[in-house]
Amino acid sequence: MKSHRVWLLGNDIDTDVLAPGAFMKGSIEELSKHCLEAIEPGFAEKVKTGDVIVAGQNFGAGSSREQAALVLKLLGIEAIIAQSFGGIFFRNAFNIALPLFTVKSIQGISAGDQLTIDIETSQILNQNTGQKVIAETLPVHLVSIVRSGGLIPHLQNRLAQQQKHHPQ
Amino acid sequence: MSRPSTLSEKIIARAAGLESVRPGDVVTCQVDLAMMHDSGGPRRVAPVLEKLNVGVWDPDRVVVVSDHYVPAVDAESAKILDGVRTWCRSHKIENFHDMQGICHIVLQEHSYLKPGMFVVGGDSHSPTGGAVGCFMFGVGATDMAAVLATGETWLQVPETLGVRWHGQLGLGVCAKDMMLKACAVLGVGGATNRVVEFVGPTIESLPHVERMTLCNMTAELGAQTGIISPDQITAKYLRSIGTVFDELTDWRSDPDATFDEILEFDASDLQPLVAVPHSPANTTPVNNIDTTKVHQAYIGACTGAKLNDLHMAAAVLHGHRVAKGVRLLLAPASVQVTSTATADGTLGTLLDAGAILMPSGCGACAGYGAGVLTDGEVCISSTARNFRGRMGSVSSKVYLASPYTVAAAAIAGHITDPRPFLETATL
Ligand code: SF4
Repeated sequence: MKSHRVWLLGNDIDTDVLAPGAFMKGSIEELSKHCLEAIEPGFAEKVKTGDVIVAGQNFGAGSSREQAALVLKLLGIEAIIAQSFGGIFFRNAFNIALPLFTVKSIQGISAGDQLTIDIETSQILNQNTGQKVIAETLPVHLVSIVRSGGLIPHLQNRLAQQQKHHPQ
Repeated sequence: MSRPSTLSEKIIARAAGLESVRPGDVVTCQVDLAMMHDSGGPRRVAPVLEKLNVGVWDPDRVVVVSDHYVPAVDAESAKILDGVRTWCRSHKIENFHDMQGICHIVLQEHSYLKPGMFVVGGDSHSPTGGAVGCFMFGVGATDMAAVLATGETWLQVPETLGVRWHGQLGLGVCAKDMMLKACAVLGVGGATNRVVEFVGPTIESLPHVERMTLCNMTAELGAQTGIISPDQITAKYLRSIGTVFDELTDWRSDPDATFDEILEFDASDLQPLVAVPHSPANTTPVNNIDTTKVHQAYIGACTGAKLNDLHMAAAVLHGHRVAKGVRLLLAPASVQVTSTATADGTLGTLLDAGAILMPSGCGACAGYGAGVLTDGEVCISSTARNFRGRMGSVSSKVYLASPYTVAAAAIAGHITDPRPFLETATL
């Protein structure tokens, strides 16, 4: 199983630090360069494909801007593990096939640790410490959205099915 | 007999075509209305609809408002606004409000909302619609595109958190202070995955516009949405704007409905509050920080620039001048608010005091438009969020307060209790 390097962040990481308003007019590529710069300078340059974020409570609080999830996906973040998530961010992330895992505690996980994540069982294993954490089980329809590659491919499949059953 | 339900559960069940629903159920709901704006709207959903090769399920059920990038300040924002106009034309969206004000306010002013509706909005302050007794919540662009394509959306039925207020609000305190208090008690995210239903005697006598402020800021609690049972005050408001609606009696929580929790608050001992940087939950009584100097005072946003909010600011500013070295920016929430405030003399009072009139729109609230802050500047603001860097530079500081308190700071040049200004005003 692939292992993922950890970026450790605090509580209440809001959508304005993920996708700052001043750069919302431009392209998503430009916006992504400013992701988290207010609290984690240099994040956009240092993050690598396959990395994961581990954070405290209320990750993604605030605005409905989907770009907050999109920039993380674009920068290569493969999953986010946190104690809780902003409600709109939660939907947005799954809709673009960025899976989120809710855990009771993030104690014992340090920045730079390597984790493996099993989406099927929601089991997270810390390679550095051997610690195992089980995240909350995901609702079935969210898992199926992620498996399809996001809400849009998921809808495409559904629309195609409908076509099959009710050809015009 | 269906099981006893909260107001939200009744609306969700109706939209899902079910007898009743329980918290935790995942249901598919038919959407009565979808609202989106220039930032998260057409420019983000159009590519998705093209990919799906579908149009808008029902153009009459879609409302589009340009408010985030208005008026255009550069070629990029002009292009975004032009794109909205073109998209609305080609998709036959008649319900398009171009630069008429902030979406949550325009939606109510133009009679789109009626009690019991199930509504999605492409903006996090969509819970504002709860003041009319709608179940209205915010979604991102992909969710919105799916709604536009199919007319439906999924929802995990939230628990209902009752926020009960009793007692009478004192002079110089208002709905904004009530929400800063709720943020302090619950914390940002304290109502995540729950709907906040406001109940109790204080709520029952609160004007409709103030109820909008309560529901609006449930976004700061992380709530799925906020809602208030429609009553005679709602009916009067709806009639005053010419909305035709059915009987209200159905749209209330059953007496034996299950609330997840009920929190009790006393309005009579509520003081003017201020949320210090960088969270709406960092709340403290105004007198604890009353020497904090401000460079800018901002009366704006869907949260704090409705007609009532302007009345509050004017009550404090009447006969005073904005302090030297302070700029008071005033961006009424809609052109209709500007026009009514002009007619009733409120705007004159504010301008005489030295307020600088700005266009109706999101403007400085989200750092998208005019009025942003530079390094180290301090702003006291009637908006809903003071996240780091939201209104400009990451080293700027935003203090959130009621329109009364923002106006008082503009006069004094530093944060101060607004009540003495009101006491002299009533003499
Ligand atoms: S005024 Fe501010 S809070 Fe309201 S919709 Fe606009 S950006 Fe959002």
